[in-house]
Amino acid sequence: MENKEMKKTGVSQMFASLLSRQIFIPIAALLLLAVFNLVTDPAFYKITFGYNSAGDPVLSGYLMTILDYGSELAILAIGMTLVTAATGGQDISVGAAIAISGSVVLRVLCGTNSRPETLQAPIIVAFLVSCAVAMLFGAFNGVLVAYFRIQPMVATLILFTAGRSIAAWINNNELPIISEPSFGYFGGFIPGIPIPTPFFIAAACMAVTALLLRFTNLGLYTQAVGINENSSRLNGLNPAFIKFLTFVLLGLCVAVAGLIKVSRLSSINYSVIAKDIEMDAILAVALGGNALSGGKFNMTASILGAYVIQFLTTTLYKFNVQSDALSAYKAVVVIVLVVLSTPVVREWLSALWKNISRGQQGKEAA
Amino acid sequence: MSESKQSAGKNPSGAGLGSKIANMTDTNLLLTITVVVFFAMYIGAILFQGKGFLKPQTFFNILNANAALIIASCGMSLVMITGGIDISVGGVAALVSMCCAVFLDFHNGNVFMAAVIALAIGLAFGAVQGFLVAYLEIQPFIVTLAGMFFARGMTTIVNTNPFNVANPEFVAVKETRIIVPGFGSVNKLGNYVNAYIEIGVLVAILTVIVLFAVLRWTKLGRGFYAVGGNSQSALMLGINVKKTKFLSHLICGLLAGIGGFVYFMHVGSGSASHASGMEMNAIASSIIGGTMLTGGVGNIIGTFFGVLSLSTIQNIVSSAGLDQAWWTGITIAAMLCLFLVIQSVVMARKKMALQAKI
Repeated sequence: MENKEMKKTGVSQMFASLLSRQIFIPIAALLLLAVFNLVTDPAFYKITFGYNSAGDPVLSGYLMTILDYGSELAILAIGMTLVTAATGGQDISVGAAIAISGSVVLRVLCGTNSRPETLQAPIIVAFLVSCAVAMLFGAFNGVLVAYFRIQPMVATLILFTAGRSIAAWINNNELPIISEPSFGYFGGFIPGIPIPTPFFIAAACMAVTALLLRFTNLGLYTQAVGINENSSRLNGLNPAFIKFLTFVLLGLCVAVAGLIKVSRLSSINYSVIAKDIEMDAILAVALGGNALSGGKFNMTASILGAYVIQFLTTTLYKFNVQSDALSAYKAVVVIVLVVLSTPVVREWLSALWKNISRGQQGKEAA
Repeated sequence: MSESKQSAGKNPSGAGLGSKIANMTDTNLLLTITVVVFFAMYIGAILFQGKGFLKPQTFFNILNANAALIIASCGMSLVMITGGIDISVGGVAALVSMCCAVFLDFHNGNVFMAAVIALAIGLAFGAVQGFLVAYLEIQPFIVTLAGMFFARGMTTIVNTNPFNVANPEFVAVKETRIIVPGFGSVNKLGNYVNAYIEIGVLVAILTVIVLFAVLRWTKLGRGFYAVGGNSQSALMLGINVKKTKFLSHLICGLLAGIGGFVYFMHVGSGSASHASGMEMNAIASSIIGGTMLTGGVGNIIGTFFGVLSLSTIQNIVSSAGLDQAWWTGITIAAMLCLFLVIQSVVMARKKMALQAKI
């Protein structure tokens, strides 16, 4: 009897420590979705090997779609996590900023002609220019938030409204099309490699981020500013600059995501490209168990969260949910997550959990 | 409440404009800026854009087209005065228009019941969001962002394709025009045409008056300012902070519902892309009208003028031949940015003045 109880506390302790780990939330969500898909249709996990229209070997299947389309979300989640941690707010202009940076890439590649036979500039130059522009817009948001002390979501609302208009204006509202096949590699497949390229780009971004967090004080400083701005200032940090820096870094992430997005189509649709992606990025941060009010963050959990979101999206698509209606389901997920993470509900839940376990112990004793 | 009189002592019975401005409360100062900007803009439009703006009907058309925005902005201002924000108003308006359209056309409903549906949808959104914000203490932006996406998604689920409502009873209400005596003009054929407004404008003006009165003269209205200015002190004064926040979101949701119905009466169709950007315009109008994002400062009359300024600039942009859609977005964003910076500067100066006094 005693032994049994010991074992029980051991298990419940392990369970409790697992529960308290932040990464538990996205893993639990992933498992839930995975089991749901396994039960409803095991063919979800089928990966087929084939050749695409260009004759290159490719892997296809729902899992590959998730890896593919989840990648730009993961890249955005990196920047969004930093912004969330430092400012306690979110940047809702990322979708519009992707439209701008994508538009810049196409503009540089096409020059004055919207249907060029050959590229007018090397792709790397176009990418660097778009990085500069996206970081500039990030800096604009950053100045409003850090130096003018406007709430992040309201400050980024400006770019959220104007962004797609600016994107259209950059290309004179034309729809440039790139016929050069090598431009499509970034959002598709490199000949000979059957795994989608965005995944490699995302992996590179993750590696860079990991190095940044490991070898610089970026992570420490952003968390310090997010937890208590005044005390971090008294400790010699410059909170305004760190907030500003996180927005600029998010701008860089936006530029990378923008390159992938335009490369997928080799073209752009100003009003549709990266639509509602801000919602997904915020959701990824929330699903990673990070407090949306700033402070501590867990980058791995955020990135995993991004792939879970894409898992959810792909699952919903599989059930023939229309793309416009997706947002309703995701909104429900956000609300459930946020409600569960509020202190009021957490206290209530833990009290409930205690009551249940006490009740069980009481039963066993009887 | 930040209605401080700290500079009154410094300039006793001071004459001159400078001291008058220094004596103003935040609310009045920002309201004055708004009204001046509106009149300057309108006069500028008359001078540079020709006679079109001189016709009273141009002004009434601005009102007709923006009645829904005025109503939604009033709710937005209320929430912002209480220190929150609600970006679901556009989504709610779209959902209301689609539900009413489906009800009227597919189920042969009557207009009165459609209005009731609109109010119910608005109240439901307001109640849920208010509960989450006030009692579970979740950031209002996250809650209402989710609310916006939920409303937009639901609109598509209710009905995918946009369509015009052909219900005769509704069309009769939609076409009702209220003639404004004394403001008519002579058209190109030489006939005298009466100036008119739509029913929605009456609703909008009524909303402005009622909300203005509530905010200025009732205990509840004062509570909104107190909670937005400093919720801690409001709590210590014995104000039920949670209930006040809840009520502000509830009223905002209700007004979004009414605004959605007015919008529906203006356009006469249901579509998932209706009222896109309305939340942005409402926030911009409130900010231009002198409502502070930080809460505690704001005025409904200012919001009314904020909407007028915003739509006047839109009219100017489109009549200047820059009618590509992107110009409107960019001008609104630029204007919002300008006023946000003005607010930020005004607040910083107030703070510095206060510190200098201490």
